[in-house]
Amino acid sequence: MDPITLSRWQFGLTTVYHFLFVPLTLGLSWFVAYFQSRYYQTRDEEYRKMTKFWGKLFLINFAIGVVTGIVQEFQFGMNWSEYSRFVGDIFGAPLAVEALMAFFLESTFLGVWVFGEGKVPEKVHHAAIWLAAIGSNLSALWILLANGWMQHPVGYVINEANGRAELVDFFALITNPKGWLFFWHTIAAGLTTASFLIIGVSAYHLIRKQNVTFFKRSFQAGAIVGLVASTLVFFGGHTNGQYMFETQPMKFSAIEAHWETSQPADFSIITIGDLSGKREVWSFRTSQLGIPGVLSFLACNNFDCEVKGVDAIQAEYEATYGPGDYIPLMVVTYWTFRFMMSVGFLMMLLSFLFLLAMRGNYENAKWMKFVPWVIALPYIANASGWILSEMGRQPWIVQGLLKVQDAVSPNLTTVDLLISLIGYTVVYGSLAGAMVYLMKKYAIAGPDAAMHESVDVAPARVGADD
Amino acid sequence: MSYEFLQILWFILIAVLWIGFHFLEGFDFGVGMLLPFLGKKDEERRAIINSIGSVWDGNEVWLLTAGGATFAAFPHWYATMFSGFYLALFLLLVGLIIRGIAFEYRSKDSSPKWRNTFDWMIAVGSFLSALLLGAAFANLARGVPIDENMMFTGNLFTLLNPYGLLGGLTTVVIFLLHGANFLGLKLEGELRERVNVFAKKLWVAASVLYVVLGIFTYVAGFWARGVVNPGFVPVAAVAVLLTTGYFLNNKMEGWAFIMTSLNIVLTQVTFFSMIFPNVMISSTNPAFSLTIYNASSSQYTLTVMSIVALIFVPIVLVYQGWTYYMFRERIKNDKKSLVY
Repeated sequence: MDPITLSRWQFGLTTVYHFLFVPLTLGLSWFVAYFQSRYYQTRDEEYRKMTKFWGKLFLINFAIGVVTGIVQEFQFGMNWSEYSRFVGDIFGAPLAVEALMAFFLESTFLGVWVFGEGKVPEKVHHAAIWLAAIGSNLSALWILLANGWMQHPVGYVINEANGRAELVDFFALITNPKGWLFFWHTIAAGLTTASFLIIGVSAYHLIRKQNVTFFKRSFQAGAIVGLVASTLVFFGGHTNGQYMFETQPMKFSAIEAHWETSQPADFSIITIGDLSGKREVWSFRTSQLGIPGVLSFLACNNFDCEVKGVDAIQAEYEATYGPGDYIPLMVVTYWTFRFMMSVGFLMMLLSFLFLLAMRGNYENAKWMKFVPWVIALPYIANASGWILSEMGRQPWIVQGLLKVQDAVSPNLTTVDLLISLIGYTVVYGSLAGAMVYLMKKYAIAGPDAAMHESVDVAPARVGADD
Repeated sequence: MSYEFLQILWFILIAVLWIGFHFLEGFDFGVGMLLPFLGKKDEERRAIINSIGSVWDGNEVWLLTAGGATFAAFPHWYATMFSGFYLALFLLLVGLIIRGIAFEYRSKDSSPKWRNTFDWMIAVGSFLSALLLGAAFANLARGVPIDENMMFTGNLFTLLNPYGLLGGLTTVVIFLLHGANFLGLKLEGELRERVNVFAKKLWVAASVLYVVLGIFTYVAGFWARGVVNPGFVPVAAVAVLLTTGYFLNNKMEGWAFIMTSLNIVLTQVTFFSMIFPNVMISSTNPAFSLTIYNASSSQYTLTVMSIVALIFVPIVLVYQGWTYYMFRERIKNDKKSLVY
């Protein structure tokens, strides 16, 4: 395989891996901070336990997000040096601000929170977890503003003398609607991820009648936040889709395998493509259910607007950018969108049903034994969403300005790439193993084990897998 | 502010970030490498880890900030260095990853095998990181093959030259000594005594290596290629390192730590003075070198970033400094008072 393909695989794998852990960090940090605040207000020991228990799971997950995040910052330069030269004047700024504004805040105050209990004043310890949560979520904002610029470049000019993009309007960069829409969507997705972890783990203990008050309270918090957050994810996604229709029409139509321009445009529920992934063999559409124009609605909030087909946009792009293939890999964009959407709707529905069920004697319900499995749902949606967003931009690395094939480091050889790709796979695989082992162990051991920090007490209570 | 002023300012700011990183993470790496050798019992190892437990992650952010600032202010420097040192940086990342994860995970299971494995991951990760950083900086001082298109034309073995290896090794030993001095300040009882014995031996090795590296730099002419003569700075760096021995012999741990801190700071000042105004010296042809002039971002970006830095750097320094003050007490290695 050539270095470009390997670099793309490496970036995709390391980034999706990184983002398996980040949403939980983003969302769970708010829960832990909130539980701690409740403890300070009420002095209810149960809230202290909730802070400790969910805090433990937060930390186990957090560690992987941090160490894999370093790779993210380095690999722009390592694997994409031509990209870095082209966009550094713009893209470097949010990255530097992210480190300065967010990473320092997050890491410093999380250190205070973990090691400071009893050593720093109670108020400071309390403030520390909130500052860490703010720091984590701020870092998401800056990296999403950076990514937003790749999707929808603003506030720049192309300097003809040195052939690179240069920043002329910092304000435009930090108010890029694309970045803020991603932020909205991502923060809400983080809260959804945390909610479903809390719901799943709580259900596990509730069926076993362990720490019932503790887990009912947790379950309730998860269900309420889960419903609000997954609804926000939906509206954020919908708004994002309309903005995409304006700014990245190719991605929009590729998501739908929408080949031919139509008005009103029809939404495909299932399409089977040919082996090349580029032509339709069979499809089932919303109009066959008697609802025409759903795709038009997704694009522009009315059922009658025109949605350009992939072929038409391809022809336009060839006229603007010269000959080439401007169509993303449709089998990926089409299906990841459907995974993301259906799982997203399922999570909305489930959290609504959980809320309804909470009015009754839900902890004894038979269906509760299936609930721990919901933990997997947000992970499917999160990964699909990012694969869709990044693959949908292909062949561009910066929409309309730079192609992926022109962005790679020219000095790298296949051997370099194989060494690093295999290396990351081995290291990341082992990390995941250790992480899942610990998460499971501490989640199953329950709140009492989490309260003990001493080394000898933990083994007696933790580790017994039933 | 003139364009040239901004370019110089950002060279200095990035130098400050690297100085901060080497000074802070230097003792973290040293503590990490010493861990399995110094701590015999589990509580001792936990006490050693806790000496940096609350701060190492914040210290590592100095590296991320240096990387981000280089990307923002000197994109060509970032692009050439990170792609050129590809495999070395990959190994550095592996080192940082296994070490970071081990800090968090080593006490989360009580099996001695689990803990010992993670303790060695901390040591090996810290060693790899220190070695590669040192080798990378030595190669930056020495010059690396760069063509007229700012492209690195060597490979991993280009970096493994005697000077690079000496730089890596010296950095490892200096960090070991720096870490031992830090532990001298943070530990108590028998462990504190043990650290002192280690530190005295390390001091001898560090002094020898450091002087050899200095002579190599001088003889090979690496010190006089920019427009700034580092002058007395490297001499002062040697002097403070040599006096460390006196303070160690008299159990004056605070002063010993100040001396290794000064040595690290002065070494970095020497390095950045030596290369200025180059940021990457080309060994192929000096005319192909990357400088603050041909590698930098636009005036507008540098201006914006200066404003951001002016606001946030002081804030960060205040709260990070404050955490050191909060956690200034020595760590007791009994089970009751240790945080796991």
